[in-house]
Amino acid sequence: MRHIISVLLENESGALSRVAGLFSARGYNIESLTVAPTEDASLSRMTLVTSGSDSVVEQIIKQLNKLIDVVKVSDLSEGEHLERELSLIKLRAEGGEARAELKRMADIFRGHIIDVTESIYTVELTGTGDKIDAFLKAVDQKCILEVVRSGATGIARGERSLSL
Amino acid sequence: MNSVELSGGQIIVQFLKDEGIDVVFGYPGGAVLHIYDALYGQEDVKHILVRHEQAAAHAADGYARATGKPGVLLVTSGPGITNAVTGIATAHMDSIPMVILSGQVALPYIGSDAFQEVDAVGITRPCVKHNFLVKDVRDLAETLKKAFYIASSGRPGPVLVDIPKDTTDPKIKIPYTHPKKVEMRSYNPVVKGHPGQIRRAADLILSARRPMIYSGGGVVLSNAASELVEFTRTLGYPITSTLMGLGAYPATDRQFVGMLGMHGTYEANMGMHECDVLIAIGARFDDRVTGKLEQFCPTAKIVHIDIDPASIAKTVKVDVPIVGDVKNVLRELNKLIKDADTVPDAAALAKWWVQIDEWRGKNCLAYDRKSALIKPQFVLEKVYEATRGDAYVTSDVGQHQMWAAQFYKFDQPRRWINSGGLGTMGFGLPSAMGVQLAFPEKEVVCVTGEASIQMCIQELSTCLQYHLPIKIINLNNRYMGMVRQWQEFFYEGRYSMSYMDALPDFVKLAEAYGHVGMRIDKPEDVEGAVKEAFALKDRLVFMDFITDQKENVYPMIAAGKGHHEMHLSSERELA
Repeated sequence: MRHIISVLLENESGALSRVAGLFSARGYNIESLTVAPTEDASLSRMTLVTSGSDSVVEQIIKQLNKLIDVVKVSDLSEGEHLERELSLIKLRAEGGEARAELKRMADIFRGHIIDVTESIYTVELTGTGDKIDAFLKAVDQKCILEVVRSGATGIARGERSLSL
Repeated sequence: MNSVELSGGQIIVQFLKDEGIDVVFGYPGGAVLHIYDALYGQEDVKHILVRHEQAAAHAADGYARATGKPGVLLVTSGPGITNAVTGIATAHMDSIPMVILSGQVALPYIGSDAFQEVDAVGITRPCVKHNFLVKDVRDLAETLKKAFYIASSGRPGPVLVDIPKDTTDPKIKIPYTHPKKVEMRSYNPVVKGHPGQIRRAADLILSARRPMIYSGGGVVLSNAASELVEFTRTLGYPITSTLMGLGAYPATDRQFVGMLGMHGTYEANMGMHECDVLIAIGARFDDRVTGKLEQFCPTAKIVHIDIDPASIAKTVKVDVPIVGDVKNVLRELNKLIKDADTVPDAAALAKWWVQIDEWRGKNCLAYDRKSALIKPQFVLEKVYEATRGDAYVTSDVGQHQMWAAQFYKFDQPRRWINSGGLGTMGFGLPSAMGVQLAFPEKEVVCVTGEASIQMCIQELSTCLQYHLPIKIINLNNRYMGMVRQWQEFFYEGRYSMSYMDALPDFVKLAEAYGHVGMRIDKPEDVEGAVKEAFALKDRLVFMDFITDQKENVYPMIAAGKGHHEMHLSSERELA
């Protein structure tokens, strides 16, 4: 089963490689991993998407907690949560009809065209991974030149929060 | 305390002194020269010069296992630290408190492929509990404090502090005071067990009809032997131990059924297979212990006490998990059991003991006492007698290790020192050095084989320099015995590369290193030779026993089999 796990960790050099090393050493899956400093500059927040049986995910969380640099871990999938991923998609947009179609498609998915040349649109699209997948399916496949995705980030709904 | 102005090198030495560290094992080199200069001419911290950095790590490890205090080693950058990695990984697998001080090239050179530069933090990351790179001399004392704290608390382990040469520059002096406390928001090991869980455990334990206590290295690490003895004696239950836990409960006691697992006793393994309540204490359900997981303790409810939450339910599902320090939790359990309204069912327990004694009656450790060749088991029995069971015994890895575990009956914790998790050949001699330095007046025995001993044989030189009168029991069967045994059983006798050809004359070798060498090749000479060797109190004696080449370690559970599928010997298959 897919799990989205949030990790607060000391913002120290090497902290990221400890997490990445843990996953490779123990053979856990990583679907995506994003990390950036938080409002508290001494902390980074990481969002991991992984999959595995309940016992594997239990071990992943225990092993993450065991890392000395890790301050807190939360499995967002255990409760209601929001999940977003940012993508930048470079599309070939040549000819009036194709350009209009791609613009319409971007609007339907609430994307923004953030760079325009005579032959290129670059679309910024944010949403769940599924939504980005859906957009990539919906546009003419020949138009897709480059896709860059941030991997998922997430936050719990309501009062629940991951903080010190 | 008034602060003084010290250089980085001096801070390290002063810190070790303030921390109560009296011995450091190491080997100098370019990146640590400033630190070695600070060590020069002072007597508070004794430096032991090994002959190879792997031995520094094993010696620090042996010191730590025997004393309970963190072992410290000091090595240079590049090959200094890479040589030490095997020893660090060994300590990591067995949760041994250790602090590694490694030199690093100066900060401006890091990442430039400088002479003797390796990414020590990167290389050691998977085999340490934690590691640090010191980037400023002002962080040095606090980092060292954290390193010792992390290494010795919670589930212990090795911590590496990588120290760039410019942070120990003698020209840069800063105020130093010994940091008294360390606080880390991200590291707070749980030591007290959850009261509700402890109560549930007590109820389950008292309701057992066919109980088994399965005790591991965590009991030794937590210094909980007396609590374990009280627990076991109060209940009257049988107790088995892992390889790492030997000595925590006296092996000569009737309630002790011997070691369990791949080469465990028949009574221990059958007891595991048939028990209805298993009480796992500071043990981690290693594959050499459990055998085939699907057949592990098929009828048991399981209580598991461990300080590391990640050890619980890692491979075996348990019914009552308790996260906490074994010593604390056992104390609480002992109180509850003493005050409980219920007591174990005496009739059921008596019946269980009848069954266990029947298994015990198989005498699974029997060997041929009439052999014309020296049997390794016999040598170990004589060593046990000569040392009155009171020696510190280190071992290397292989058949001799299993025989030592089976035949030397450890009645006290921290006396049995071996590489259980990683299984590191070469561990025996250097770890014995660490033990002998910690306890100069005690008898220290290194049980080894002709293959293992050659992996760190150069340390005979260190032993001479520091007058370490270790007794080396070399069970020489001219084979990598355990490899040979597996090749006999599972590869139809194709002894690929396991024969130890071109062996040195160990007697001459010992003498060349300035020690006493003895060769014993007849069973009738064993006892006298052992007595003679142990009478040489102030000399290292290398005893080369020419043993039966074909002797195998029994009982044996083949990898991937259940506890009840044991081989008792080549003649006696499981009844």
